[in-house]
Amino acid sequence: MELLTAILVGVLFTAAVYLILSRSLLKIILGTGLLSHGAHLLILTMGGLGGESPPVIADGVTDFADPLPQALILTAIVISFGVTAFMLVLSYRLYAVHKTDNMNALRGNDEHD
Amino acid sequence: MDYVFFIFVPMIAALFVPLLFRLVKRIHTGWFVLAVPFVLFIIYAMLIPTSMEGFVIESSFSWIPSLGIEFYSYIDGLSLLFSLLITGIGSLVVLYSIYYLDQSKEKLGHFYVYLLLFMSAMLGVVQSDNVISLYLFWELTSISSFLLIGYWYTKDASRFGALKSMMITVFGGLMMLGGFAILSLAAGSYSIREMIANSSQVADHPLFILALLLILLGAFTKSAQFPFYIWLPDAMEAPTPVSAYLHSATMVKAGLYLVARFTPLFATSSVWIWIVTGIGLFTLFWGSFFAVKQTDLKAILAFSTVSQLGLIMSLLGASGMSVHSAEPIFAIAGFAAIFHLLNHATFKGSLFMIAGIVDHEAGTRDIRKLGGLMSIMPITFTVAAIGSFSMAGLPPFNGFLSKEMFLDAMLAIRHFELFQFDTWGILFPVIAWVASVFTFIYSFYFVFYTFVKKGDVEQLPASPKEPPFGMLISPIILAAFVVVIFFIPNKFSDWIIKPAVAALQPHLYAVPQDVTIKIQAWHGFDAPALWLTVGVVVIGFLMYKTLDKWQPYYGIQPSYLSLNRFYDAMMNFSEVGMNKISRAYMTGVTRTYFLYIFASFSIITLIAVFAKSAFAFDLSSVTPVSIFAILNAMILLLAISFVLLAKSRIAAFIALGASGYSIALFFVMFKAPDLALTQLVIETVSVALFLLAFQRLPQMNTHGETKQNKIVNGIIAAGVGITITLVALASHSTKLIPSISQYYKDTVDTLAGGGNIVNVILVDYRGFDTLFEIAVLSIAAIGVFTMIRLRLKGDHADENK
Repeated sequence: MELLTAILVGVLFTAAVYLILSRSLLKIILGTGLLSHGAHLLILTMGGLGGESPPVIADGVTDFADPLPQALILTAIVISFGVTAFMLVLSYRLYAVHKTDNMNALRGNDEHD
Repeated sequence: MDYVFFIFVPMIAALFVPLLFRLVKRIHTGWFVLAVPFVLFIIYAMLIPTSMEGFVIESSFSWIPSLGIEFYSYIDGLSLLFSLLITGIGSLVVLYSIYYLDQSKEKLGHFYVYLLLFMSAMLGVVQSDNVISLYLFWELTSISSFLLIGYWYTKDASRFGALKSMMITVFGGLMMLGGFAILSLAAGSYSIREMIANSSQVADHPLFILALLLILLGAFTKSAQFPFYIWLPDAMEAPTPVSAYLHSATMVKAGLYLVARFTPLFATSSVWIWIVTGIGLFTLFWGSFFAVKQTDLKAILAFSTVSQLGLIMSLLGASGMSVHSAEPIFAIAGFAAIFHLLNHATFKGSLFMIAGIVDHEAGTRDIRKLGGLMSIMPITFTVAAIGSFSMAGLPPFNGFLSKEMFLDAMLAIRHFELFQFDTWGILFPVIAWVASVFTFIYSFYFVFYTFVKKGDVEQLPASPKEPPFGMLISPIILAAFVVVIFFIPNKFSDWIIKPAVAALQPHLYAVPQDVTIKIQAWHGFDAPALWLTVGVVVIGFLMYKTLDKWQPYYGIQPSYLSLNRFYDAMMNFSEVGMNKISRAYMTGVTRTYFLYIFASFSIITLIAVFAKSAFAFDLSSVTPVSIFAILNAMILLLAISFVLLAKSRIAAFIALGASGYSIALFFVMFKAPDLALTQLVIETVSVALFLLAFQRLPQMNTHGETKQNKIVNGIIAAGVGITITLVALASHSTKLIPSISQYYKDTVDTLAGGGNIVNVILVDYRGFDTLFEIAVLSIAAIGVFTMIRLRLKGDHADENK
């Protein structure tokens, strides 16, 4: 199972990086979404995917999944959501002001050197 | 009274100068300043009897005791000679400047502050025993010299000259600091005396030669040796008192001081002897050769200073040979070096002052316009003639004595048998003799073209007359020394030269009285130096007479083949060239930067993983793959490819949502119910958020991305993906220590009273994470609100509107 998720993480990162390298701001936001999915899955894989039952105390259960990576991912999901929301609004404002989401056009000018 | 505090006296006096300049308008500020070097001169002069006995005066106060850094004043013969030069010529220069600079027209407050600062710095350089404080004072001389050269800061040439001297001398200073660092590591101390005491241990250090070269770089840049002399002619934009003081008598001798001070440590090395003697001699020739080409009085003197500094440098190199050879002539070389150093300070100081007087009275320093001033300015002419004849090495002036000793020493180098000197040694006297001929020519050129040659006095910018007497006092005193030293050289030798020589060659002499060298003006008819001098005079005079015929040939040298042009090109490159290089890689396009980041991430990680053989692949602890997981993986892959290939933004965002749901399904499979819940909610909200903003977001657009761009992006992306997969596998396969999660599992009920371990970790065990995650969300919410609502008006509104 870890082999499968490791490959999936690789695919998620490849797609994310490919999108981040593109010229459109919208695609970059899509890329960061995929990147955070990849990172979360990676953390889970690192902790090991074993464990018979969820990490909740119940009678007769001794083999829990590792709770610590889950707690870390939970935090990470919330933070990445906050950042994604912020970036979405930022791109909306940017588009409203500059009328473009072409990253090559959004490069400042030499007057600020 | 501790002598170390006298170093700081000029610096403290400098604090009061601006006050005096503002408050006392009627008296020239220089009169107040004059007291400082004069009193110091008297104080140092009173040390002469002590130093004649071979005693050393030491005093110190701590600066950074925990690092062994202190201000340590160590006054032996060498330091005393320099201290006397600094304060003595300093007094004369201040006196001269009182008449040279006008109280009402010049910013004298600035001038004397810089000058006093320089005096402190210079005293610190020659008295410091601690290399760190020596370096501190060394850089302070560079800075105060920079300020003095740029004194008339409204002139372009002044600023250019100041910057040039700063760049070159600070470069050398930094190199020297590196040399000091190596030496203090090797000797285990910052003290120069302890370095010399441990010289055998220091010489065994593997970086000994590097330290030697770095310290020589410092000395050569400061003392204007080839090829670093180029700043000195440009520094002539400074007021003439500054040129006389800094750029002939004191600062440029700091490098000579450094070489002399470190000779006991480095002279065991052949590299030292070759470089110091060779570069010194070459500088002597180069400076004298190009001095004849100059048309500006101060430029002639600048090149002549370069040349004379080279002469002293080569003698210092030859004095190092006495470590290896018992021949008495190498001991005499050290003596000659110190002697000529003193002589040069006297005649060059007076000549600079003469150039200043001519400039002041005639309104120009251009030798082509000058001429015929002898009858108008007889006293000035007399002083100039004394200085020039001494510079040319003629009797009865002190330059003659040291020139004879110099020629003797250069002749003797032929017989020095170590380090292949006997093969190349014949070049040394030849170059020295040719350089002496040119020295003779430019000395005559300087004095006769200015004063004797027929010239039209009427067309000069000002009508020349004898300057005020005050202006002549200093050059007359210096010229008097030129003559007096010739007639009683051995008195001066006993007083100040022998103690300095004893400090320069401590392996030869224990106390100054051991130096038995007598200076003689007459060696008899069989002395080779006499016939060499006769040759210099005859050939020099003939060439001087025909100067007008061959001087134009200097124009043959193309201007692009000069060291100045090289310096300019280097400076230009550091401005324009570096700017071009920065522009080449700093494109301003985010993609370029991302490319650098991702490419270096994958390359560095992969190299590190494989170079350290850290990659491991172990399937033993892997859990079995379920059919649901494979199905879900296919859903995820499908969703990802939709995101990549989608033509419309709505499809792309829905595909992104699908991939999020697929991740949530994985969380379910991997027994993470809280994650699955959160992921589902967040993904839903994210898609909803996008749909809300849908109308206002840009269209999906490639913005003219080329196929080539896409291929490069694909390669980099695949590289990152592969790296991540490999790292994930490798780290999963090498688990070194067990997880701490067992603790949470064991104590979640007993310590925290909860059942859901993940939730208890979030709010109890690791509650701080959660607190700040809440803060992140709040900040994001505030940021979103501000971006939507806030619109600045007026000047701060968006520039594009």
